[in-house]
Amino acid sequence: MKIRGSLVGDSTEVKVLMNHEMETGQRKDAQGQTIPAWFIQNVSVTWNGKTVLSAQWGPAVAKNPFLSFKFKGGAKGDRIVIHWVDNRGDQRTDEAIIG
Amino acid sequence: MDDTRRAVLISGGRATLLALAVAAGWIKPEDARAEGWNKSAFDGRNLDEALKGLGAGEPAQSKEIAFVQTPEIAENGAVVPIGVASALPKTEAIAILIEKNPNTLAAVFDIAPGTEAAISTRVKMAQTSNVYALVKADGRYYVASKEIKVTLGGCGG
Repeated sequence: MKIRGSLVGDSTEVKVLMNHEMETGQRKDAQGQTIPAWFIQNVSVTWNGKTVLSAQWGPAVAKNPFLSFKFKGGAKGDRIVIHWVDNRGDQRTDEAIIG
Repeated sequence: MDDTRRAVLISGGRATLLALAVAAGWIKPEDARAEGWNKSAFDGRNLDEALKGLGAGEPAQSKEIAFVQTPEIAENGAVVPIGVASALPKTEAIAILIEKNPNTLAAVFDIAPGTEAAISTRVKMAQTSNVYALVKADGRYYVASKEIKVTLGGCGG
């Protein structure tokens, strides 16, 4: 995951790029077999242990998902932690320091 | 990391990993509980089914919801930038629904107090469609829509 947290006035802007196929379950392979859906279902963003954003996604979120938003507060050196779980139960947690 | 924990991590299912994540302080227990996924809403094959799944009933049209950095025409339906900003007080959640996708609901974002009611992401669109930004504010539902023309669909194969 690429995570960037930057101070904008009295808020922190968070930009995230995740690596994930986000397979829709609509496509077929060369043999005509449906490629099973495989996508991130839940995302949470925490700042200093407090959840600032959480999301539920379907397979219509684009491959290698991008997410951007702002929350009030934040200071240089604070920790932002991002966690996702996909529909296979795989998950990933990454963190970044606000710069 | 000790050997026992590594073994658990390797063999563990999602529940075990979640429990470990909670124990390690990465996720608070309330966050782990919040990790539900609204299957009935995401399974909805049209606007009515998706809204019903979300419990949104018949949302009121609102001019307080704006699409930002969202194109009129998307050349590539596989990657369509969509930004939604709500000026409605006490915005609690923002959802993106794409009427002509196989499943209408694309994403739901829960906005914590202190978080700006504005999110940007990228979605797939199968074809030209109305896109709806649904906002839950102070317990009520509001909606705005915009047509995005798609030159090349994003769900083919």
